[in-house]
Order: sequence, then structure tokens, then C-alpha cells
Amino acid sequence: MSKLNSLAISDNGFIFKPATGESFTTNEMGLFIINLLKEGKSGDEIINAITEDFEIDNVTAGRDLYEFLDFLKRENMTD
Amino acid sequence: MGNEKLTIAVTGLNNIDSPGPGVPVIRGIKDSNLDARIIGLAYENLEPGIYMPRLVDKTYLMPFPSTGSEAFLKRLAYVHEKEQIDIVIPNFDSELYLFIKFSDKLLEMGIHTFLPTMEQFEERHKDNLPEFSKKYNITVPESKAIVNSKELANLPKPLSYPYWIKGKFYEAFKVINNNQAVFYFNKLSAKWGLPVVVQQSIQGTEVNVVALGDGKGNTVAAVPMRKQYITDKGKAWGGITLNDERLLEITHHIIRETKWRGGMELEMIKTDDGEYHLIEINPRIPAWVYLAVGAGQNIPEMLCRLALGEKVESVTEYEFGKMFIRYSWDLIGDISDFEKIIIFGEL
Repeated sequence: MSKLNSLAISDNGFIFKPATGESFTTNEMGLFIINLLKEGKSGDEIINAITEDFEIDNVTAGRDLYEFLDFLKRENMTD
Repeated sequence: MGNEKLTIAVTGLNNIDSPGPGVPVIRGIKDSNLDARIIGLAYENLEPGIYMPRLVDKTYLMPFPSTGSEAFLKRLAYVHEKEQIDIVIPNFDSELYLFIKFSDKLLEMGIHTFLPTMEQFEERHKDNLPEFSKKYNITVPESKAIVNSKELANLPKPLSYPYWIKGKFYEAFKVINNNQAVFYFNKLSAKWGLPVVVQQSIQGTEVNVVALGDGKGNTVAAVPMRKQYITDKGKAWGGITLNDERLLEITHHIIRETKWRGGMELEMIKTDDGEYHLIEINPRIPAWVYLAVGAGQNIPEMLCRLALGEKVESVTEYEFGKMFIRYSWDLIGDISDFEKIIIFGEL
């Protein structure tokens, strides 16, 4: 199972890592990105989806996405 | 086993800021299908478990194990004569030696135990951990047992600050210089005796496992936990069950190789690189065992059934993400209860 799929994530944005007992919170966009990552979407597809759903431009969506990916990697939540 | 009522004696009723496992062990038994009368064995007259409503049916004060085996066994025989104990569950490291040494004698009396063998008990001592590591291929931090504070100034490499200085049975302090080390050496040796163990501090997260071995190499139960809230005494005031396969693999390996018999707690440090260092094996059920009960593994019940010679199937399922949070609660008691414990040694 991928690290992302092993996370327990609630609709409220509460993320629990069962392997370490750590918990995190994320906002609506973080939750949106995680769900698309779990569906196997590419970076460009996710940026496009963010711009549509959150009504922001491509540059801002890209920055938000890569900042969030950095966070997931730093906390060892992605492979 | 039929439907007869069991009499189970339990020590460790000191549900204080450094809690004994007695109260959670009793809660596990009470949550189970065992029909049990609970006898508390207390060492001090203000152990909270003595006074907690609906916890113990009767409590007897015991002499400290350090007073010698004769007085200890005599008192236990007295309690047995009164109560007809079927099982005794000792919960303190400091009393285990006596219970293990005299387990055959207890069985002759009709009192069942389910404890590690003397060899298992001895070889996992803090001061024997380096040998234990080699024998069973387990990673442990560098450590050295010392009997004289002068040795602290010349510890063998690679031991370096910060390191932990640990009492023979309980307590540990992290030190960063020789003055601190000598201070705590004197404090710990006066309280718990010699040797005192110096153990390299490892950077990482402390993770623990409560487990039960059947004495034949099988892990009957095992639940891993991470402390979420740690008191100034290093005790878990909150914790959460983990889904950590590697940690469980290590647990199974230790129980298989040692053929561990009884309850145990593994204390480990998980480094950021994902390595596990065994820092301690406690040869008994830990005070946070009720979390395992809540997560689906009633270890106190299984231990009782093993003690009676029943076949107990291994349980591997448990719920991860289950939490415990301790709290303090003021019990209101009556002086007459305190009087009975003081004057008669029983309540």
C-alpha cells in the first residue's frame, strides 16, 4: 500500500498516520489535492482542477500544489 | 475451564503519577468473560487501587519484597488461606524475582502464575542488554553497567553526551555532563541499588509494545503504541495504537527467539531513518495495558487463561488509532477504611 493510501483522512481535513501515530490538519485545498493524488492524477491535471474549483490562476495553483507536496514529502506521507 | 468463580490476586495498585499496572490489569479482567473475585495486594496504605469503588473485593497489605522471601511468602500463604487464590499477577519489577523463584512453590499451594523463567528475567536486565543484543540479533544503544561513579569520567567510546543514566529497576535521567551524571548515579544507586546503567541517547521517537508470549515462542498478543503526552517522570499520560509492521516483526522475533513466557513491554526508539533501537524490556504487563484491551486484545484475560493451562489462540487483530488519556480523580474516602488498612493490614 502506498504511503498516501495508508493515511486515515477525515472529511474535516484531519490526517492520521497509523504507522507513527502522528496527526496533522489540512484545509479544503489540501484535502482536494490528496484525493486527486490518490486517484493518480498528474501535477498538471491537479493544477487545472484547482484553478477550476478554487477560481485561482495557474501560477497560484501551481505554487499551492508544490508547497503542499513539499509538506507531504517532508512529513514522509508520500513515497 | 468451567464456570467457577476465580480468585485473582493482583499487585501494583499504586495508580499514581508513575502508575503501577494493577488497576488496568483488573479493568481488563473485569471486562472479560472471566468470573473473578479480585484480591488486591498492596505495599503501601495509600495506594489508590485499595480505595477505588468496585475495583478490588478485598485488599491485603504485603511486606516489601526487600524484607526477604520468608516474610513475603508467609504473608502470601496467609492471604491464600483466607482467599484461596487461583492466580496471582505480580506487576512490579522489584517483586518479580521472588514470584519467579517461588512459582513452583506457589503452584504446589494452588496459586497459578504465568511469568518469565528466571533465565529470561535475568538476561533482559538493563545491564545485560549488550549481551542480549548479540545473542538475539537486536539493535540496542551503546550501554555500560557501572558500580562506581568514578567510571563515569572514563566511559568507553562511543558513549558520549547526552546519555541516559538508569536505575536498576526504575527511573532514568538524561545527562549532558559529568557533574549531572555523578549526581544521578548517587541518587539512583541509593534508591535502587547497583549497578546503574549508562545508555547512549538515541535521537528519535519512543515507541512501545505490550505483548504476551506463550513460553513456546508464540506471540499470543501484541499492540504497539506511541506516547503522545509524557509526564516529567517519562510516563505516558496519553498514547495511541500504531500500525507498525516492523515493530511487530521485532516483537515476534524477540518472543520467538527467547520463547518468552508472560507479559512484556518493549521500549524502543525509532530513528528518523526508520531504524529501531531496543532500549528496555520490562518483564511484565505495563501500566498502559488497558489501551490494548480497548484496541481489541485483552492481554490480562489471556494471561489468566494461560496461567490456568488453557489453550489460548494468538490474536493479531487490533484497532490502530485507539487512544488513551489518563486523568486524576479525587476519591473521597472514610478514615475508618484507612484505619482498617493501618491496624489490620486488610480492607
